Amino acid sequence: MGEQVSVLIGTRKGVFIARSDAGRSAWQIDGPHCEAWPINHVIADDTGTLFAGGGNEWFGPAVWRSTDGGRSWNHFSAGLTYGEGGTPIKAVWSLARRGKTLYAGVEPAGLFRSEDEGETWSHVEGLQRHPSRPTWVPGAGGMILHSIVLHPDDPTQIWVAISAAGVFHTTDGGETWAARNSGTRCDFLPEGQQYPETGQCVHCLVMAPGRSNRLYQQNHCGMYRSDDGGVSWQSIEKGLPSTFGFPAAVHPRDPERLYLVPLNGAMEGRFVPDGRAAVWSTGDAGSSWHGNRAGLPQENAFFGVLRQAMATDCLEPAGVYFGTSSGELYASADEGTNWISIAAHLPVIHSVETWTPRS
Amino acid sequence: MDAAQLTGTGTGQVDLRLPEALLALFPGAPRRLHLGAGSVRELIAELDRRWPGMSDRLTDSRPAIRKHINVFVDGERAGLDTPLDAGASVTILLAISGG
Repeated sequence: MGEQVSVLIGTRKGVFIARSDAGRSAWQIDGPHCEAWPINHVIADDTGTLFAGGGNEWFGPAVWRSTDGGRSWNHFSAGLTYGEGGTPIKAVWSLARRGKTLYAGVEPAGLFRSEDEGETWSHVEGLQRHPSRPTWVPGAGGMILHSIVLHPDDPTQIWVAISAAGVFHTTDGGETWAARNSGTRCDFLPEGQQYPETGQCVHCLVMAPGRSNRLYQQNHCGMYRSDDGGVSWQSIEKGLPSTFGFPAAVHPRDPERLYLVPLNGAMEGRFVPDGRAAVWSTGDAGSSWHGNRAGLPQENAFFGVLRQAMATDCLEPAGVYFGTSSGELYASADEGTNWISIAAHLPVIHSVETWTPRS
Repeated sequence: MDAAQLTGTGTGQVDLRLPEALLALFPGAPRRLHLGAGSVRELIAELDRRWPGMSDRLTDSRPAIRKHINVFVDGERAGLDTPLDAGASVTILLAISGG
């Protein structure tokens, strides 16, 4: 059998998986998995083991794991706690894996680590000791640690993004953290106070392939790039239809190429602008932008795309995928130029990731 | 009910009913069982011993029974510290929630 790709979809009501061959024109979908729990993020490791993080209104937070391609799942939460008397953890929001270590970001914001395939967890307590911790406040989605960016070569380096606290970076495996928000704006603060050290409402943080010092972030207030590991940020929002959006997805090989779905604004409904859907891409690290619309609805489209709901695959040419707040999943097999609908009636899509078996 | 499930740990046995949605998370757990416990806290600890992880599904770190889980003892709403007499009827139910 030739190359395959799986799109891992976390939704408000379970995990769904869309599978195709490398042509990516015909898809089969299975789900809902994980007992239809709200799932915020689904990832796969190199072996194809699937991990899904979420939280259920009745049963609390858990990380689910499947070692058979999604046919069966187990759930774990031992250690996913701030301790007796601590604020209960509501849900797992983000997952990332490096080697044998699995990380989970949770609500209320914190980072946990597992060394046994997600079965037991330990708190990365150093993040809570950052001096800004008492000032962290929830955004509309809660006070969530939603982005975990792992350095590809250095296991001591991690970046996390928290709404609304900002970006933080550790170079010692999580013992100490430094704020990385210089140059990112807080339009919701008074004039003269709009560039604080922390408190930014970062929506999504990603790392460029092959350039570990290059980070991109979609913020509540603008789009930014850093070429020094987050020490300083430059606005790259010029040419975009809006400063507001949630997801950002990097190309699998080209560090200059990035994909966004700008929305019409924080207070205007958070729809695609003018009811016309477009994925905006740059091929020059944000100097210029192009709206890709072919195959996407161009009238009466009033959906949003949430912060973890866009991803690329590693095939050639790269595939790009996004899921909407109204349960539609779109795919491009040609680096974002042309789009097809994979699914139209899923639950609210929280996250999209991809997995391609290595031959 | 399977007679084999009517096993307990000794005195103070209570008659426990679990919700279907919980059983889906713990394959092999029965809908109804008898087990020994002197309080709701002990009962949940015994459930967790038999089905690791079940305590996390029913309680949180406050510590308390989760907000949308209800435990009834002989028809009365109970908390973790509610004592259990031998022969008590305990029912764990899911409250209205979701969307």
